[in-house]
Amino acid sequence: MKIELQNVKKAFNQGRSNELWAIRGVTTTLEPNRITCLKGASGSGKTTLLAMIGCLSRPTSGRIMLGERMLSGLPERFMTEFRRHTFGFIFQRLNLIPGLSTLDNIMLPAYPLAPRHHQLLASAQSLLEQFGITDKGNNPIEWLSGGEAQRVAICRALINNPQIIIADEPTANLDSRLSTEFMGLLERLRDLGKTVLITSHDPLVFDAPCIDRVIELRDGEIV
Amino acid sequence: MMLAPAIMALILVSGSVSLMMLLASVFALQVVRHWDIHSGSERQLRLERQTYLISTLLVWTFVSELIALLLFIYNAEAMSGQFVGAMCATGVLNVNDWGWPDLYLKIAIFFAGSTWLILNHLDNQGYDYPLIRLKYRLMLLILPLVLAEFVVQLNYFLQMDPAVITSCCGALFSADAEGVAAEISGLAPRTSLWLLIGSGAGVFASGLHFVIRGRGGLLYALLALFSFISALVAIISFIALYIYEHPHHHCPFCILKSGYDYVGYLLYIPLFTATALALGCGAIAPWRHISSLSAAFEPLSHRLAWSSLALFLLFYAVAAWNVLGSNLVMQGVWW
Amino acid sequence: MIALFRRQQYLLSYTLAAMLRRKGRNLALLFVYMLIIFVLASVMFLSHALIREAGIITAQSPEIIVQRMTAGRQALIPADYLERMGRLQGVNRREARLWANFHDAATHKNYTMRVDSHRELGDGEIIIGASMAKRLKVNPDDQLTLTSTHGEPYTFHVKGITTSPSELANAGLVLISAATFRRIFAVPPGYFSDIALSVPNPREVRTITEKLLKRLPDTRPILREEIQRTYDSIFAWRQGITFVLLVGAIFAFVIFAWDKANGLSSEERREIGILKAVGWETGDVLRMKFLEGLIISLCAFIAGCLGAYLHIFYASASLFEPILKGWSIFYPHFQIRPFIDGLQLATLFFFTVFPYTITTIIPIWRSAITDPDAVMR
Repeated sequence: MKIELQNVKKAFNQGRSNELWAIRGVTTTLEPNRITCLKGASGSGKTTLLAMIGCLSRPTSGRIMLGERMLSGLPERFMTEFRRHTFGFIFQRLNLIPGLSTLDNIMLPAYPLAPRHHQLLASAQSLLEQFGITDKGNNPIEWLSGGEAQRVAICRALINNPQIIIADEPTANLDSRLSTEFMGLLERLRDLGKTVLITSHDPLVFDAPCIDRVIELRDGEIV
Repeated sequence: MMLAPAIMALILVSGSVSLMMLLASVFALQVVRHWDIHSGSERQLRLERQTYLISTLLVWTFVSELIALLLFIYNAEAMSGQFVGAMCATGVLNVNDWGWPDLYLKIAIFFAGSTWLILNHLDNQGYDYPLIRLKYRLMLLILPLVLAEFVVQLNYFLQMDPAVITSCCGALFSADAEGVAAEISGLAPRTSLWLLIGSGAGVFASGLHFVIRGRGGLLYALLALFSFISALVAIISFIALYIYEHPHHHCPFCILKSGYDYVGYLLYIPLFTATALALGCGAIAPWRHISSLSAAFEPLSHRLAWSSLALFLLFYAVAAWNVLGSNLVMQGVWW
Repeated sequence: MIALFRRQQYLLSYTLAAMLRRKGRNLALLFVYMLIIFVLASVMFLSHALIREAGIITAQSPEIIVQRMTAGRQALIPADYLERMGRLQGVNRREARLWANFHDAATHKNYTMRVDSHRELGDGEIIIGASMAKRLKVNPDDQLTLTSTHGEPYTFHVKGITTSPSELANAGLVLISAATFRRIFAVPPGYFSDIALSVPNPREVRTITEKLLKRLPDTRPILREEIQRTYDSIFAWRQGITFVLLVGAIFAFVIFAWDKANGLSSEERREIGILKAVGWETGDVLRMKFLEGLIISLCAFIAGCLGAYLHIFYASASLFEPILKGWSIFYPHFQIRPFIDGLQLATLFFFTVFPYTITTIIPIWRSAITDPDAVMR
């Protein structure tokens, strides 16, 4: 299903002296089963736009549609419920919870959905296998290397079997080898039928051959 | 008297609950004025977050009031030794004019709170919160009840005078005294039994109709309320007497004592819960046509209706068991 | 329904794991919480147990005790007052009693010496209570010497040991013969300490009292129901005062709880942000945080009450005796019997768990509404 943005705007500190319009009217369509990259300098609003598409925040005005369904007007409870099934997130700083094991971290997004425990565990373990870190299941997160942690983050994003994967500056803390590896993993996700949306200002990313489309943002608008 | 810890605790709870309701009302007013589900402005986001706080405050209000109701009755029982003429909770409630109104207000708050929470639960399932203004306006109606209860309870405890001789259940609930309690006690058991059976039949009929057809929720709620009152009348009129095995002991509180195996709880808890759930059915019934709620309406109404019918059945069963199994035989006298 | 239950299970397991990860912070709160509950529960259990003991004693006491008053003070009552009372409907027994307090100058303890008309005691023979025997390490057929305030020693022969339902009544009781009593306390024959009337029907007590006042104007009838009511009130009052004094402590605890709940470390804030970003809803986070509070409250409540129970009923309330027994160097030492009921626990709950929970509502809400996209930056 495609994602449609219609004149989306986002403001912070509305009505106050430090009012800031981070997104000033973005209209575009994102095709399904593609890897799309949002490119732009820091402050261009790409993270804000990404958050809105991924149902993490609401636009101040404008509409975001997924297929026939309007996402932008939903109150938080429904937005979150929808987000759980539809979007998987990979954050810039990975944001894995220290003190928990790998498997616990991966299963975390599924808790509110309350599936049967053995089913959940099975899905988590099959994901570990898919990404080649089967034996790290019970290790605490702190023991993992950068690359392994990256894969755990991907597994976590996939636990609820979402359609759309969103990654924010995924290679910011990775060296070139791991970055290339990561782009390979994203390609695999696309081949599995997922839609991928990433932001980056790293040329290694937006110049990568697997990227289907690059959208450039500056000062909250598409150039 | 005021310094007895149980009394201090009750006043503390009442006061805290009043404060919580005031706070919730302030936020509710803001929501009622500025709510716009289609806007993405920061104010709307703030209001949405506030709805969580209001719900939380109301849940805790309700839970606290419920436990406080139990503590209140328990305390009245325990204090009966300190008042001349009081032998159970009835005597303690009679000590001044504020006792019974306090109890009635507490019960009213229990029902108002439970109904509101059920309505709130339904509204939260709708992606556009269709009933939000209505439910917060209704909540503002509960606020005066809560504040009144605080004042009434405070007066009740402040004006408690151990030097005043009070009358106990024997005097209050006797047929030759005056007042509502006496009227009920004087009611012929046959009449109140028919009332009980009639209201019970009505409740089951309307409840099943509501479950099967999905219509008639308001009727069910009204009949449940009527059943509730009939049940209380029946308890005072004859059920309690069978439990005490005494033809003149009408008191509705003594059945909560350990001497009667706490059977009072087995009667009152199902009765109150069943009535509360049925009132909830009535509260949600008018809204079944709203599109955003249509998916949630049926499962919720079924759950409410079935549970309340089951609890009503439990009440009638326990009452019948106690009447039939009692050593008191009034064959030929009452029946 | 089942899904709802499973969801709570997942939340619970996450909450427990999260709490164990932050042991230090939670332990501090738990300790303070437990302490507050311990103190309040101790006060409550002790006074309720004392009320009950007092209730048991007074239940054994006669319904009406008639004392003779001279110049506003209690005086010996002549035996002919028994007849001067006349016929009193409802009184099924009347007894002229001999009893007095004996202060032992050697050990500075008070004993109650009483003549029990049902027991045959020779001159100098006494029967004492079980706990007193244990404390003084005295067995039947031993000698016991007590010294009066005038310095005069009295040697008694312990004939037997008695037990009675209330430890309190038992603790300082000495039964002696009438002859020995009159000798020790210089009470002339024909005079008694007071007259006890047994009235089975409580409704007749007042009428009888009125008649007594008319026929014996220099006496003061003391009603058992008045004593019971007075004890109830006094203990409730004492309990209340103590609670009021402890309100300061409760207040401090509540502020402490507020501070802890508000002062989320940046790491905790981040964790909540992550949870919300991966799909937890505000309601889930709220539930998790309240669950945390509930677990802490439950642990503190159980531990505090248990500690108080042990303190009062096994360590004899060593910390609180002076306040509640009331300047009681004269009080005989006794073991209080355990007595707890739902009312006490409910009151405790409302003084501790309730304020804690209410104070944490707003801080918890504020932490739960953390914006998930803050985590993206």
